Amino acid sequence: MKRYVIIGGGAAGTSCAEAVRRTDPQGEITLVSQERVSGYGRPLISYYLEGKTDIPRMSRVGLGFYERNCITALHGVGAASLDAAAHRVTLEDGRQLPYDALCLCTGSFPFSPRFEGIETVPRRFFFTTLEDALALEQAVTKESRVLIVGAGFIGLKCAEGLRDRAGSITVCDLADRAMSVSLDGQCSVILERHLEKNGIRLMLGNTAARFEGGCAVMQHGERVDFDILVIAIGVRPATSLAAQAGAAIGRGITIDETGKTSLPDVWAAGDCTESTELTTGQTAVMAILPNAAQQGECAGINMAGGSAVFTAGMRMNSIGFFGLHVMSAGTCQGDAAFCEVTETSCRKLYVQEGVLKGYVLIGDVRKAGIYTAMIRDRVPLEGVDLEAVGREPSLLPLGQATRRRKLGGVV
Amino acid sequence: MKRVYVNEEWCLGCHLCEYNCAFANSGARDMVSALKGKPLVSRIRVEGDGRITYAVSCRHCTDPLCVTCCISGALRREDGVVRIDRGKCVGCLTCVLVCPYGAVAPGPDGAALKCELCLQNSCGAPACAAGCPNRAIVYEEREEERS
Repeated sequence: MKRYVIIGGGAAGTSCAEAVRRTDPQGEITLVSQERVSGYGRPLISYYLEGKTDIPRMSRVGLGFYERNCITALHGVGAASLDAAAHRVTLEDGRQLPYDALCLCTGSFPFSPRFEGIETVPRRFFFTTLEDALALEQAVTKESRVLIVGAGFIGLKCAEGLRDRAGSITVCDLADRAMSVSLDGQCSVILERHLEKNGIRLMLGNTAARFEGGCAVMQHGERVDFDILVIAIGVRPATSLAAQAGAAIGRGITIDETGKTSLPDVWAAGDCTESTELTTGQTAVMAILPNAAQQGECAGINMAGGSAVFTAGMRMNSIGFFGLHVMSAGTCQGDAAFCEVTETSCRKLYVQEGVLKGYVLIGDVRKAGIYTAMIRDRVPLEGVDLEAVGREPSLLPLGQATRRRKLGGVV
Repeated sequence: MKRVYVNEEWCLGCHLCEYNCAFANSGARDMVSALKGKPLVSRIRVEGDGRITYAVSCRHCTDPLCVTCCISGALRREDGVVRIDRGKCVGCLTCVLVCPYGAVAPGPDGAALKCELCLQNSCGAPACAAGCPNRAIVYEEREEERS
């Protein structure tokens, strides 16, 4: 009987475990989760604070997942070391787990630069796990002045989640605009106006330089008093276990399209990895849940002797703030081939080499997945009315033969 | 398994499927009280240009991206039918981001909305197909499942 060990109980880990079980009904599966709760949708933590979900509903895998799939789940313990030659993982509590196939789904950890005086801040938090959200829930009161450092996805979702719980919320960022990784200035200003209208104070192009207890001294010299500090600058792949075992690592654990690392019988999936990004062909860390789930599934099938590849890795995000939806996918570089911007909405498509490479939508996001599929499938745009496609995504550019196959057959 | 299939060449572009869908899922007893003066909330839509029209609804994919990518586990595949637990859905719309057919839509309450083959409402079988005047939409078995 084959022994499978999976380190990590996030989207990658649980998808991997499920795929292993589907492919090998007999094997012995052990999943190790550092967190006390696993299998929940990590991006749900802001919705939890907002009151749009609760802990039972946050489970992505559903009640009884481990029992149903005959998986031994070890919670509240991390992996301390990996001996790849001996095919053995040692846990923090000394337990040893021998394996025939191992998948590292160790995720990412919040990154924090060394702020001067950070140790003088009594109440500081990260915002990536359920535990972080629960700690914030405890700490924040209606009087709390909250300062969030980082106006990316994590920081802004945290701001939204906390708005009705806190007295005031300020979000600052070194970048001169909100969500600077995904949005250009023309797009970000739409979001910024919307956030400010909803009571979030933004300080952009101006981040905290140092801390003095409950006061942040900003780069431009202002002093911002706060009760609660959230560091939301970004995340980094958790690669130390793989590194210590000698796996090839760039910014994340290097994996091929089957999910295999450079170590024998060791796979990896999710935020801890780097792999080929579809639109550029370059290696990239793509720390988003859809990639994690798909990579985990792919690795799981291969670990159990099946055959799968995942070659559709790209950056994509669907996110909403106070009712305004923002979606982006792929690579958005150069001039937009289609561009329609108003005070409250935006549609931009980016075309290179005759195919769609990326898009940004703010406001009306309906049918955006058609664009995502056009990027992934490299649908040729020759002869396609880009104005019509830009205004409204449709299956017209696929051509009748493909459309007939997709709408008239099993897909 | 029976699915909704579309015969593009027979579609007249009449949009009746959208109205039948909205009515079937409204819970109302008659079409007038279900639809009159209200925004049309349909899980199927007719698209096309001046020459071509066709209806699109959930394909109930054998390997559905919406299910894999759902952050909350609200979407799942049960006996081949892709279903949504709207109580679990937080309205992040990742399903809208990944559905290659544009067949998942944001609902009026913010949670996602999709075709469940009318298995969850009183019709019991897709109202779009039943009401299509030209059999451009059919509900039937076609080729065997891959898995």
